[in-house]
Amino acid sequence: MTLTYLATGAVLWLLGLHALLVQRQVLRQIIAINVMGSGVFMVMVALATRGTSTDPILHALVVTGLVVAVSATAFALRLALPVIKASRSSAKSSRAVEPKL
Amino acid sequence: MSEYLHFFSWLTLCGGVFFFIAGTTGLLRFPNMSARLHAVTKADTAGLGLIVLGLSLRADGWQPVLMMVLIWLLLMASSATACQLLARYGHEEPDDTTRDQPRAGKQIHERR
Amino acid sequence: MSGVESVFDFALAGLLLMLAIGALHAPRLYVCVMLFIAFGLVLALTWARLGAPDLALAEAAIGAGLTGVLMLGMLARSPQEVMEVSRRVLSRGNLAVWALSGLVLVMLSQVLWRGVSGLLDGPVLLPDMAAHHQEQTGVDHPVTAVLLNYRAWDTLLELVVLLLALLGVRQVRLSRERFPAPWPLLLAWTRVLVPLTVLVGGYVLWRGAFAPGGAFQAGAVLAAGAVALRLCQVLPPIRWQQLWVRALIVGGLMIFLLVGLVSAGWRGGWLAYPSAWAGTMILLIEVAAALSIATILTLLVVGEDEELWP
Repeated sequence: MTLTYLATGAVLWLLGLHALLVQRQVLRQIIAINVMGSGVFMVMVALATRGTSTDPILHALVVTGLVVAVSATAFALRLALPVIKASRSSAKSSRAVEPKL
Repeated sequence: MSEYLHFFSWLTLCGGVFFFIAGTTGLLRFPNMSARLHAVTKADTAGLGLIVLGLSLRADGWQPVLMMVLIWLLLMASSATACQLLARYGHEEPDDTTRDQPRAGKQIHERR
Repeated sequence: MSGVESVFDFALAGLLLMLAIGALHAPRLYVCVMLFIAFGLVLALTWARLGAPDLALAEAAIGAGLTGVLMLGMLARSPQEVMEVSRRVLSRGNLAVWALSGLVLVMLSQVLWRGVSGLLDGPVLLPDMAAHHQEQTGVDHPVTAVLLNYRAWDTLLELVVLLLALLGVRQVRLSRERFPAPWPLLLAWTRVLVPLTVLVGGYVLWRGAFAPGGAFQAGAVLAAGAVALRLCQVLPPIRWQQLWVRALIVGGLMIFLLVGLVSAGWRGGWLAYPSAWAGTMILLIEVAAALSIATILTLLVVGEDEELWP
């Protein structure tokens, strides 16, 4: 069980990293960072089950991490909004230019 | 007596799983929004109800049973509300047969 | 029985991976966000499977609830161009980029796997140490003991991080969003649901002393209730200018710092509680921290210009 979820966590992290490199839209990149974070959390929680008793320290760290992740996401989305709005204006201006050419 | 209860609980649990599978199949395959909503809400209510019944037959005391019944009631009420909301927003969605992506799943156009 | 369990594990892991791929690469952004919310819910199920009910509670409230509201709110503000199906993904140049990055990731995965699997063989000392000193911590639940006693320093700084995130969001001034008028049925159901949320939040907070639960989960549940009320326009705008809002936000941190200072002066250890008073002090910190977390999360998710800027 531990090994299965450890591998899943690692693969989730890699998938997130890949999407972060490949995708261009800001919202997708934020989702990718969140998926990477989930992968890290999953590795930690899987490691918590490796001993005879579950490890409360790793659980507590992940609880803290979840709250920090959501606050970071909120901040990132706020910062991303001007970028998204700018993408609209650039798309509109390029479309407005095309007929003239 | 307890063997009968055990047998009966297996029966209801299997029935619950069947309803969930049927509802999910409907969600994936039905052509339009209202049919999908119908499938998924009906199946969830009946499926979860049967599973709660099956687990209640195996429960040790009345407290877990009460908790499960409360969860079921809560889920029924919220799924009814969510279904109404989705139906309201998805009102003007065309059938899948007229769209270029026939199997794109549930898509609701938000009008804001 | 272990065969059945491993089938369940593989199914759960496969579902998670498929949902993640869908959430990252679905052509429509709306589908991406929906799949990401579903990913959060399945993740909560996974935490429960891995024996971490604390995490399952927090993930269900935060990962699936609050993050979902944040992302959907973002989608609602995005222009239509962003929502359109991105066809560029399938062009030839991007295909090359995909293949190249995939190759690099396969190589990276080798290194990663060596590092991660190496962690499995390391010595496991901390759980035994934590269990050994459990009686002196003032609480019976090991995770709460770690959060508010052994590693109280982390929790204190985590509150600071939340405060910094809120202050950061306050700096970005944006146009005001208008919520659509709530629908009567939704309004009625929210009015039934939110008192239940408050009840559950209080129960989870109280339960944290001896069973899974605690300040973070309670704060997240309360914030979810407040967000629902705010989206239905039942709750009046929560403004940063209001004294009680600032008092709630800073209160958690202040009480934490006060307890730290008192314990430093009294016993000579920063946040080292005397074991007779530990239970009371932890409860005090937890109540203040839960209210603080709830207020900060609410403002982070639904706070508008008017509310955040005095």
